[in-house]
This record gives sequence, C-alpha cells and structure tokens, in this order.
Amino acid sequence: MKAVVLGATRGMGRALARKLAERGDSVAVLGRDSAELERSGADLRARGAPGIRVATIACDLEKPDGFKAALDAAEDALLGLDTVIVTAGLFATQEALEADPALLARVLTVDFSNTVLFCEEARKKLLGRGGGTLCVFSSVAGDRGRKPVVLYGAAKAGLSRYLEGLDHRYRGQGLKTVCVKPGFVRTGMTEGLKAPPFAGEPEAVADQVLTAIDLGLPEVYAPAMWGLVMGVIKGLPRFVMRRVGF
Amino acid sequence: MSPLARWARLVYEFSGMRSSESLVSGWGRQFVPGVELRPEDLHRAPRAPLFRGLGRSYGDSSLPPSSQPLVVSTVRADRILAFDEVTGMLRAEAGLSLKALNRTFLPKGFFVPVTPGTQFVTLGGMVAADVHGKNHHVDGCFGSHVRRLSIEVADGRIVECGPDLERELFLATVGGMGLTGHILEVEFPLSRIPTPWIYQESERVPDVDTYVRKLKEAAHEWPMTVGWIDCLSRGSSLGRGILLKGRWARGDEAPANFPTEWPDVRVPFTMPEAVLGRLSVQAFNFGLYWSHFAKQKSGIVDPFRYFYPLDFIKDWNLGYGRRGLTQYQCVLPDAAGPDAARRFLELLTSRGGASFLCVIKDCGPQSAALLSFPMPGISIALDIAVRDDTQQLIDALNEFVIAEGGRIYLAKDAFTRREHFERMEPRLAEFQRVRRVWDPTLRFKSRQSIRLFGDAP
Ligand SMILES: Cc1cc2nc3c(=O)[nH]c(=O)nc-3n(C[C@H](O)[C@H](O)[C@H](O)COP(=O)(O)OP(=O)(O)OC[C@H]3O[C@@H](n4cnc5c(N)ncnc54)[C@H](O)[C@@H]3O)c2cc1C
Repeated sequence: MKAVVLGATRGMGRALARKLAERGDSVAVLGRDSAELERSGADLRARGAPGIRVATIACDLEKPDGFKAALDAAEDALLGLDTVIVTAGLFATQEALEADPALLARVLTVDFSNTVLFCEEARKKLLGRGGGTLCVFSSVAGDRGRKPVVLYGAAKAGLSRYLEGLDHRYRGQGLKTVCVKPGFVRTGMTEGLKAPPFAGEPEAVADQVLTAIDLGLPEVYAPAMWGLVMGVIKGLPRFVMRRVGF
Repeated sequence: MSPLARWARLVYEFSGMRSSESLVSGWGRQFVPGVELRPEDLHRAPRAPLFRGLGRSYGDSSLPPSSQPLVVSTVRADRILAFDEVTGMLRAEAGLSLKALNRTFLPKGFFVPVTPGTQFVTLGGMVAADVHGKNHHVDGCFGSHVRRLSIEVADGRIVECGPDLERELFLATVGGMGLTGHILEVEFPLSRIPTPWIYQESERVPDVDTYVRKLKEAAHEWPMTVGWIDCLSRGSSLGRGILLKGRWARGDEAPANFPTEWPDVRVPFTMPEAVLGRLSVQAFNFGLYWSHFAKQKSGIVDPFRYFYPLDFIKDWNLGYGRRGLTQYQCVLPDAAGPDAARRFLELLTSRGGASFLCVIKDCGPQSAALLSFPMPGISIALDIAVRDDTQQLIDALNEFVIAEGGRIYLAKDAFTRREHFERMEPRLAEFQRVRRVWDPTLRFKSRQSIRLFGDAP
C-alpha cells in the first residue's frame, strides 16, 4: 500500500502509521508542524519494514490552498498513491465552544469544511489513479444530537453524511470510503477527560481500522462496543435524550 | 493555555474532590491519591513535580507528593528519533518502552546493552533508576552506556548532557530517580547480537554458600549470570537454588527462525492473601527446585523467557492481595565475606520472612553515577507480601545491610527509614549538592524523596 496519513504525528494517526510501516506499506506523513513531522518520520523509518518509503510533507487543515500540492508531493515521494487516511481534527468541549465563538468557527471549519475539501482533493487524485481507499476519522459524536457534544457533534455529523454519500456515489468506480467512528479513545487529545466505560487504546483502534481498510468496510466503530452503544442511543426517543446527560 | 493544560488543570482541581477515584501506585500496589497525565508532547506537559514511566518501580519512587498530587507519565512520548544501522546509536523519546524497542530491533540483530527483568519499562525509567541486568559484572549499569540525555531542568530550560557534557548533571540524573529534572530524550548505542537466541547452562546448587561461590566463579567465563534461591528451606540446604549462566547463541547453534513471544496471560482479579501465603510459596519453591531434575542442563532458550520470565503473567502483582507487595533488594559488598548471603538468609528465615522469589545476582564495579545502586558484591532481591510486620522486617534487614557496608535499591524500596538510608549512602551529600545547583528550591520531588531525602512534603 502507498498511504497518506494526515495527522500521523499524534494519537490514532500515529498508531495507524506505525502499523502500516511495520507491515511494509509506504507512508507519507502529513502535518503542520515541521519539527513534529521530522520526529514522526524518523520514528516510522526506524520502525518500518525494510524497503518502505517514508515521506514527511507539510499540510495544515486550516489552509485548504495547500491540500492539492501536499497530495501531489505525497504521490511523487511514494511513487504512487492508493490510500488516503485522515485522522487530524480539532476537539473542544461543549462548554469551551459555547464560550468562544472564534474557537467554534475554527472547529466547525476544520472538522467539516476543510476536511471535506481535503477529501475532495483526495477523491480526485485517487479516482484519477483508477481508485483506492479514502479512510476518514469522524466520530460517534455525530450519530445523535447529544448534550455534551452539540457543536462538535454537528460538524462530525456533516462529515459522516458526506463520507456515506461519497461511498455510495463512487464505490462503483473503485473508490472505497471508510468512515471511522471512534468512541472514547485514550490519546493525547482526550487526556485529562474522565474515561467512560469501553474506552479504547489507540493501538487496538489502529488494528481495527487497518482491517476495515483492507476489507473496504464503509463504516467502523472503534472500539466495536461503541457500535452497540450508539445503536441503543440512536433508538432512544427524544424525550429520553432531553433528560439524560450523555 | 493549551487545551491539554486546561484539562490538566480541571482534573487537577477535581482530584481533591474525587480522591477516591484518582489513585496512583507503583508496582507494589500501595495506592496514594494522585492524578497521572499521559501527554504526547512532553515539552508542553503541565508543570509537575515528577515524571514517571510505566510505574514498574515497586515502591514510592514514581509517586507524586501529597501537596502536588500530579505526575506526568511519558508513555505516549515514545518516538524513535534517530537510529544508525552501522553504529547502533539510538535516540528516542523517554517514554519508549523496552517492549517496543525489542520488537523493532531484535529482528534487526540489535539489543539494549543492559536490560532489567521486565520489558514493561521506559527508557526514562531505565536511566532514572540506572538499571542493571544479568550482565552487570561485565557491562555495568544502563547509565554507563548512555551518551546523551535531554532534560528539562527546574528553570524550564532544556539541557543536553552526557558523560562529556554537563557531566555533573548527567551523573546526578543517572540513578537520580527523577529528582534532577524531567528526562525528555535518551541516546545510547544498541549492541549487535549474533542471533536472537540464548545459550544457557543451568545447575542445581545444594546450599547458599556453594551458590555464591559458583556465581562468582561463573563471572569469569559467562557474560550473563543470575540465579534463584529457595529461602524457605532450612539447615544444611538453606538457600539451595538454581544457577543460570548464559550468553547469546552463535549462528551455528541457534534455530533459524525468530523466537515468538507468548500470548499475554492476565491475573483476572486481586487474589486473596492466601494464594501467595507461606504454604504455596514453599510448594512453588520445592517444585521449582526439583523440576530441575538433572543436576546440570544446557540448551538454547528464547530471549523473552530468558530475560523476562515474569512478563508472561501480565499483572502478577495482583497475586499479592489487597495490601500489595514490596521488593527488598540490597547489595552486600565483597568485603562482607563469602558467607554474607547465608547470614542474610538466616536473619530472614528467623524473622519468618517468606519470599516467593529470591534472586541473587553478581555485581561488578560501582558506576560514577552518584546514586547508582550496584557495588562489587552480590545483590539479593526478595518479593515480600505486605503485612503488619513488614516495616519491622525491613528495619532488621536494613540494620544488617548497614553493618555489612551494603545498600538498598531505591527503585524497589517503600519502607526504608531516612536514618537508615543516610547511614548506607555516603554519596547522598554530593548528590544533594548537585541537585541544588540545578534545582535550588527542590521543585522536583517524589514521595520517596520526601521519605528518604528529607524533602519538604
Ligand atoms: C518484574 C520486574 C523486574 C525488574 N527487574 C529489574 C532488574 O533486573 N534490574 C533493575 O535494575 N531493575 C529491575 N526492575 C525495576 C525497574 O527496572 C525500574 O524500577 C525502572 O525504573 C522501571 O521503569 P519505569 O519506566 O516503569 O519507571 P517508573 O517506575 O515509572 O519510574 C521509576 C523512577 O524513574 C523516574 N522516571 C521515570 N521516567 C522519568 C523521566 N522521563 N524523567 C525523569 N524521571 C523519570 C521516576 O520518577 C521514578 O523515580 C524490575 C521491576 C519489575 C516490576
């Protein structure tokens, strides 16, 4: 595989990029901080199977102008491209987002508009090469309007719908879309938050996602238990959702 | 404030109210109130009095003081930053675990110059405790192989140090139990190994005096030695045991395939105290001794079983019940005489101290690191279930060790008294001097440093 991972310097993206490199796939790491990119690139080179290519390319989800160039550069560096993975995104609590409109604008823009813009570039690139896999991290937060994640959840809901539509429209042409819906995963992003039951570890999530990519599954809950949890929550009537705290 | 710092603050502030939920402990499972944060970026970690790794030190070395109950774990800062295939030189973030390191580098024919008896440690923890292995008599401690450390010191600066750069800070940090600053990165060379397999010879030994004599003899021919003693048998078979001698296997004697690790076995829950009570310990040791039916055995063993036999049962510390365990590890200098181990065991058995495992290792020369544990002699390690009389037992053992000119290993300790520690550690004053040069207000501290070094609580 020749994969781009946007967000591979941290958390689930880091775990996923390591698994790819270890099993022999070439990886282009995309991120905004050049020092961080260097460190993650070195890590993947040291851990990766012999003979793989590892590239590091600057790309900032807040700067859509650079998306196409970054994907072109990745394609050049890896001598091809068949998989694009997006794990990057912003998170903030409902309280923080309600209190700070500027932060809210950033989160909505990055997690929805800009992620979609990036995916559109990736779609064109992959379709132009005859197909491939686009795997994007959305969230269980988008599955239902819930009190603690109204705003963040709204952006993720939009993203999940987009990915679903994309899969329906282009799978026939060889572009598979994988929408990952992580529940609570213990990473730097969720550090300090109280972990609910069924919290996952990034390595285990990465294993699950890798399987989903290999099999081309359109949707994956990680840890899998969250699929059941969300199944129940999706079925709850509104009057219940208004009362409960989750 | 970064979001991370904000959450840290939130958790920190809540921790007072929810102290029953936020507990931390070392491997010995004596819990204290505290919050552990695991940031990915150590440079932007919240200000904490202490860093820790995987918490494999047994006692309170990795536990934050009650006045500032926050400790930063490095485990998510685990990137390999540079590796040179020719020289083996490796630089990595302090949270890289030995488990990950072995998984990456054993197949490439490289191994750490010194390994402790578990893979679940971080590079930072290996430096801070200056760990030793079965090869101490030839290769010394881990810190003696370190070329560079990157440390965040008390005033917030990040300082590079090594044996030839800011040497004082380096020598205080190696074995300094996190008290000189936060270790961010570690650089040291991996050693080339001929194969990933070990050639081992083992021998049943009838008593402790013979054991110590053979251990010292084996040091001349074998790069790795270790052994296990049954400290419950009495009389003439006091301290009978099994001595293991090993070296890396050559290409012509090792299997061609790569050794596989066993799947993890977990202890499902905290065991009732009785499981590791006296009878079961006796049975275990009896079984272990006589399972080595032949007097001598030799053969090829895989490195995981050889170096990390305890790692196969993931949470074996749960086997010690609700009150947890402590490990008592001391070094008895050569000057104490060849019978020092026997006298130690006699004292232990007379006090009814039952130890599931008693490991006796050979120690070579002392390192230049200011608080490094080993000195020429033998090291004795006992796992002890915590009971009402544990404090008295440790006190008695410490009196003995002081009289013999030995000392204890901080990474294992939870019960030693300050006055005992001061009497066994003449290097303490120099360590404290260097520490104050870099940290005049003694901002960095642990529960252990409050207990043993007299830091303000
Ligand atoms: C089964 C078992 C077998 C063992 N065998 C051996 C052995 O053979 N030889 C041996 O020497 N030891 C042995 N040990 C002890 C172990 O190697 C040490 O306690 C080691 O320090 C644990 O590493 P850690 O990453 O878990 O560190 P922790 O236990 O988390 O921390 C240990 C100390 O290091 C400090 N520290 C950790 N990381 C940093 C950092 N980044 N910056 C500053 N300070 C830091 C902490 O503050 C603390 O004082 C064994 C332990 C177990 C459980």
